Amino acid sequence: MSGLAVDERVLREVALSGEEYAEIVRRLGREPNRLELGMLGVLWSEHCSYKSTRSLLRRLPTSGPGVLQGPGENAGVVEIGQGWAVAFKVESHNHPSAVEPYQGAATGVGGILRDVLAMGARPVALLDSLRFGPLPESRRHLEGVVAGIGGYGNCVGVPTVGGEIYFDEGYAGNPLVNAMCVGLVRVDRVRRARAGRAGNRLVLAGAPTGRDGIHGAAFASLELDGASAERRPAVQVGNPFLEKCLIEACLELLDLPGVVGLQDLGAAGLTSAVAEVAARAGAGARIETARVPRREAGMTPYEVMLSESQERMLVVVEPGQEAGVLQIFARWDLEAAVIGEVTADGDLSVREEGVEVARLPVALLAGGAPARRLRPAPSEVAEPAAPPPPLAPGEVGETLLRLLASPNLGSRWPVFRRYDHMVGDATVLPPGGDAAVLRVLGTGLGLAVTIDGNARYCRLDPFVGAQIAVAEAARNLVATGARPLALTDCLNLGNPERPEVAWQLERVVEGIATACRELRLPVVSGNVSLHNESAQGAIDPTVVVGMVGLLEDHRRRLPAGFQRPGDLVLLVGSTADDLGGSEYLRVVRGLVQGPPPALNLARERAVQALVGEAAAEGLLRSAHDLAEGGLLVALAECCLLGGLGCRGRLPDRHDLGLAALLFGESQGRFLLSAPPRALGRLQNLAARHAVELVALGSVGGEALSLEGLVEVPLADARRAWEGALGG
Amino acid sequence: GMRFGVVVFPGTWSDRDCGWAVEHALGAEVRYLWHRDRDLGGVDCVILPGGFSYGDYLRPGAIARFSPVMEAVREFAERGGLVWGICNGFQVLCEAGLLPGALIPNACLEFRCQWLHLRCERGDLPFTRGLGGRVLRMPIAHQEGNYQADPETLARLEERGQVVFRYCDEHGRTGGESNPNGSAHDVAGIVNLRGNVLGMMPHPERCAEADLGGTDGLLLFRSVAEAALSLAGGGPG
Repeated sequence: MSGLAVDERVLREVALSGEEYAEIVRRLGREPNRLELGMLGVLWSEHCSYKSTRSLLRRLPTSGPGVLQGPGENAGVVEIGQGWAVAFKVESHNHPSAVEPYQGAATGVGGILRDVLAMGARPVALLDSLRFGPLPESRRHLEGVVAGIGGYGNCVGVPTVGGEIYFDEGYAGNPLVNAMCVGLVRVDRVRRARAGRAGNRLVLAGAPTGRDGIHGAAFASLELDGASAERRPAVQVGNPFLEKCLIEACLELLDLPGVVGLQDLGAAGLTSAVAEVAARAGAGARIETARVPRREAGMTPYEVMLSESQERMLVVVEPGQEAGVLQIFARWDLEAAVIGEVTADGDLSVREEGVEVARLPVALLAGGAPARRLRPAPSEVAEPAAPPPPLAPGEVGETLLRLLASPNLGSRWPVFRRYDHMVGDATVLPPGGDAAVLRVLGTGLGLAVTIDGNARYCRLDPFVGAQIAVAEAARNLVATGARPLALTDCLNLGNPERPEVAWQLERVVEGIATACRELRLPVVSGNVSLHNESAQGAIDPTVVVGMVGLLEDHRRRLPAGFQRPGDLVLLVGSTADDLGGSEYLRVVRGLVQGPPPALNLARERAVQALVGEAAAEGLLRSAHDLAEGGLLVALAECCLLGGLGCRGRLPDRHDLGLAALLFGESQGRFLLSAPPRALGRLQNLAARHAVELVALGSVGGEALSLEGLVEVPLADARRAWEGALGG
Repeated sequence: GMRFGVVVFPGTWSDRDCGWAVEHALGAEVRYLWHRDRDLGGVDCVILPGGFSYGDYLRPGAIARFSPVMEAVREFAERGGLVWGICNGFQVLCEAGLLPGALIPNACLEFRCQWLHLRCERGDLPFTRGLGGRVLRMPIAHQEGNYQADPETLARLEERGQVVFRYCDEHGRTGGESNPNGSAHDVAGIVNLRGNVLGMMPHPERCAEADLGGTDGLLLFRSVAEAALSLAGGGPG
């Protein structure tokens, strides 16, 4: 640190290391001033620069048929036919939600909506992946986050159609909030956040800029500690009403000539937005801070450039076309002003009343942060303790009820009913099953959307766990009859300077890449959230996969619940001794141990192909994928979602313990229901794909009953399942 | 043909859903009415749709009532024009004094989005022709749908048959769990004395097609279309 004209306290405030500062001085050929240092600090934060993960993420496959835009823009875009494309992305808002659950979650939703809007797309669906410490201690966080997601999403008029919630000790000090947005855009109207030619005007629109959220990006890149509460001013406050107006106004802009690009203002505010649009075009930009509409008087250029005030968009307009743009914002009562223009010199120049107060090369700001070398070392995976005691046949019914009543497996309806999941008149398969399906109005097409991930598998084996996250999300979509198209991923981990976290990071990226190659799915957008640590240490590596699939005819969609008495109940896929990492072991035996379920990607592909073809041929009445809780929990879910019981018997499996057979979490399995006449054709398909297919019994009655094993009245199962989240 | 006007306040979000239901489920014409418009453009029925007009930060509908379009809607209603407030539109009508009472936060203090049942108490209104006594299935989506009024007003509403929809179970029985928000007298919708201004919390535009899980909402749209035609045929136009 010696020889620097800046003290350590200042560097800590902007979250730069001494080495990084030295690098800045070397490349600038001078010391940066305080404003420049602040701008570099936020853009060189992990959150904005991906300095620890950039090179690693290049291993992900990002292209494929229909991909119009992969990672690097505000959201990925994939063509779906009939002139339409789908834009989507997932993003974390973990640290703000830890400190201020309501506003943290609300602004997370607001931010991801604007990312999709920036592609020129109308947001049509929201999904959320949430992680909390165990109940009841985490009740306050759960309440705040759910209220924040609802408060924002319900007001902005975009349906929240899916999500997942898990509770685990590891998140007690660092809950996770990952929000995903899906939008629709005509293929010929896709926009990119590019500055275009020199002379283009930069229009800032939406909420006036205030002093809120300064250094939020840097905050996101630090660990949470006792002093985090003092960071509360770094959490922004959302205004969903303004966002709704901003969405409508920006979509109207796309009809105007000369609107070159849109960019949302998120982490690092104006600095990041301008640097990114300029960098993508290889251009520079000049900003006059005095022209930025403000919420309060007396703001310094530093505050204006680093504010993370929400509900703002940057619009790039060809010169001479500004008037039409400003007129549309005025019609929506939104403030908007031309705050600068694109230049050819490659520098971002910030002026206050005409006097230059900062000048930095755009290439130094965006993408200039030196890559941080990871030093991975495998973490020690505890050897499995003694095998758990066997499950006795007499305990099965009680065990099922106990699992259904556990917070990780219980019904999510108490949460979903607090979100408007219907606005838009497009939700043709509501949340609660494997995935939601939205119709694309005026086309007959259906979009299936899901978000999913199991961190316990990743903790036990990050490579396999990440593969399972991809396979499981695809399975969710296939269960509705959809063909998976592409995915967005959110990697939530601890501090990558810890060798074991660096190793987890490498392994999960390898796992995603492997599964994507085998299942032929590109990653079109994503987000990495590191430094998820608290006094209890790092969180389990939490890979969250958001995936979008297509139904050529949304009327061919399949629900998860049983539909008609007399239908056959079929299990497809193979069951092995996969009790490791299961909910059963954790809830019933209090154990988190063993290898996670094995995943055979070739077999996974075959099972998914079988279900996809059966759905397309109209052979099925319902499909549900087997996930946490295994076969018996999935069977109970099919009964509960459909309001119908079932009777049957399990195949004899003398090679398997009863617990593994009923509650093991073997991958690549579905429960289907179909009219009896479809059986022959289904058996043919199964044989062709070399997939195991077993008829378990039939739909009907008021109980879940398996011969000689279990008979649980649906009413009892429902009481357990619906009460799991308490409240 | 029949023409519906759909009012758009900043923050309205059911405008497009109402427009879709009118155009595609019913097959009638839609004209969107901006909150600054003073001219309703010759529509036969004005829909005040769901949303959070002007953000609803003060109280739902409290700002919207002062908008220019509401002046025109008031005059339209006074001339006997059909005005149909849905969700936020119901809140706006109460704030504007076109309907009595108020919608306060749900008794559970949470947003509720779910399907439920309504009993239609009147079959003689332009909105509910022939639906008297029918149990309809519709979704709600609101945080502030708890209808309250002073005892005299409630008694007067009942006496004059102004309660049009009541929350009930699938068999039409009121009480118990069937009331999702604590509304007095299980009120889900009321009409003015003249019978031309209806406010309701449930969303008929979300259940006008089988694809969305139900078609009972279409019954109301059809009723309005038929009523408007017979009005146009029999009256001065």
